[in-house]
Amino acid sequence: MADGKLQVGNAAPRAKAATGDYMPADVSPNRRVQRRYSIRLWSVRHARLLEWFYARFAKAFLLLHPLWKALGYQRVEAPVTFVEKHVKGLLFDCRMCGQCVLSSTGMSCPMNCPKQLRNGPCGGVRANGNCEVEPDMPCVWMKAWEGSRSMMAGDAIMAVQKPVNQSLRETSSWLRVTAQAASEADADRATKSQGT
Amino acid sequence: MTDGARHPDENPQGVHLPLDPLPGHSSQGRLERVLRRGEFAVTAELNPPDSADPEDVYARAKVFDGWVDGINAVDASGANCHMSSVGICALLTRMGYTPIMQIACRDRNRIAIQGDVLGAAAMGVANILCLTGDGVQAGDQPGAKPVFDLDCMSLLETIRTMRDESRFLSGRKLSTPPRVFLGAAINPFAPPYDFRPYRLAKKIVAGAQFVQSQYCFDVPMFRTYMDKVRELGLHEHCHILVGVGPLASAKTARWIRANVPGIHIPDAIIARLEGAADQKREGKQLCIDIINEVKEIKGVSGIHVMAYRQEEFVAEIVHESGVLKGRKPWTREPAQDVRKVADRLTDIMDRPVEHQQDMAGRAAAAPGSPMESAGQ
Repeated sequence: MADGKLQVGNAAPRAKAATGDYMPADVSPNRRVQRRYSIRLWSVRHARLLEWFYARFAKAFLLLHPLWKALGYQRVEAPVTFVEKHVKGLLFDCRMCGQCVLSSTGMSCPMNCPKQLRNGPCGGVRANGNCEVEPDMPCVWMKAWEGSRSMMAGDAIMAVQKPVNQSLRETSSWLRVTAQAASEADADRATKSQGT
Repeated sequence: MTDGARHPDENPQGVHLPLDPLPGHSSQGRLERVLRRGEFAVTAELNPPDSADPEDVYARAKVFDGWVDGINAVDASGANCHMSSVGICALLTRMGYTPIMQIACRDRNRIAIQGDVLGAAAMGVANILCLTGDGVQAGDQPGAKPVFDLDCMSLLETIRTMRDESRFLSGRKLSTPPRVFLGAAINPFAPPYDFRPYRLAKKIVAGAQFVQSQYCFDVPMFRTYMDKVRELGLHEHCHILVGVGPLASAKTARWIRANVPGIHIPDAIIARLEGAADQKREGKQLCIDIINEVKEIKGVSGIHVMAYRQEEFVAEIVHESGVLKGRKPWTREPAQDVRKVADRLTDIMDRPVEHQQDMAGRAAAAPGSPMESAGQ
């Protein structure tokens, strides 16, 4: 926290502080220091709006497929990744895992979970709904469940997610999804034209 | 137990022989047999030693002899360093115990975990419990790198794929799949409460065949959870073992409540402990009372006794609660290769003892030996 007050609930930093040695604020093995979670929580509260928006956005992105193809997916990767990283970074504290599951997790990014759980909350959620590792952070999966309840396709949270493919880190999820959808559409068209 | 003379989990050809696989069973272990037969199962947790002495493991397992159907070998629980679960399982299977090997995703990535699963199954481990694991900040080495490459759900799915489809996560074929009974953990006592039953459903889809719960001190809360579980029909697809354990004192209970995330202890429990003259005894009685309450809940298939540093009470708790109904859990489960190992060991024991120094001395003295020529 900004005032440098020591957090309670994290045993190790507390023990370290008791020795009187200097200890940086917000010590955590797996977190980018975050002072506030307000925008992230706003996104969860407006999960339905964001879902609606993303559906349109994805469609538009797919319509631009000829453009991406003409420019070359390889070439647009860098600028698109840059935009995606900053837009989603602002809205969801996105960690650029490259395989976005926000639609299945109530618009609460599961990569912000210190255990990076993609399939639901661990058993350590505090009674007040905060994280066991980061006592000041609302549990990502508590929020995911709330967000998913307000979404149209919120039951996607029940699907078992595959483990993260670490080699896709820092790549654009938008482009990958679009390329996949486009190739599926192409395959559909091919089978249809074969049938006629 | 209709057959009075012979134990149902005993090879008819002889007690010393490993069990044959039963149709429809995914493992050859006796825990799966007990649960599938509909008997009330009892499992316990072995406190992992901080030593390299196998005797420590044997001694700690011995107190459970004849009282439990499976022994949990914990994988650095609470992110504290202890003997590894693979090591404990190697020792336990060697002595014929039934271990339930816990795998936490905190410390190893998918390459290491899949290798450990094969190794464990080869040693005769028939039950694997898939966990996410506590965060590293909870333990004695908070500076460690948290791995969390898989999570409990994808770990379940990975091992299920290895077992049922004989292939690794990557798709590469296995020549012999690991025959294991898959377990997971549940915690009905942490928020979001209404999501918890669905999370169990997810775990079942991912491959969980039995689950062990976190410490249950709040029976009404557990009842609410089980109502939802039964409504979803989950208890028919998965054996649910309730976690129970004795609290040593009101002070311990308070400490656990404040410092161990995920364990929910209601005020009434602490008040009851405080009011007792002998708190340790009351803690044990409380545990027995909770067992007697939860065993009546429909859908509960057994209990998991976690008596941390009070392991000697496990036998008493199981006996006094009467959950085994006179059944005596099978104490020795031979591994598939037990005959081979025994032959090899007898062979070694029968051979004359060879002392390395004598052998070196003889070799040095022998004419024309490399050592002699080196000396010249």
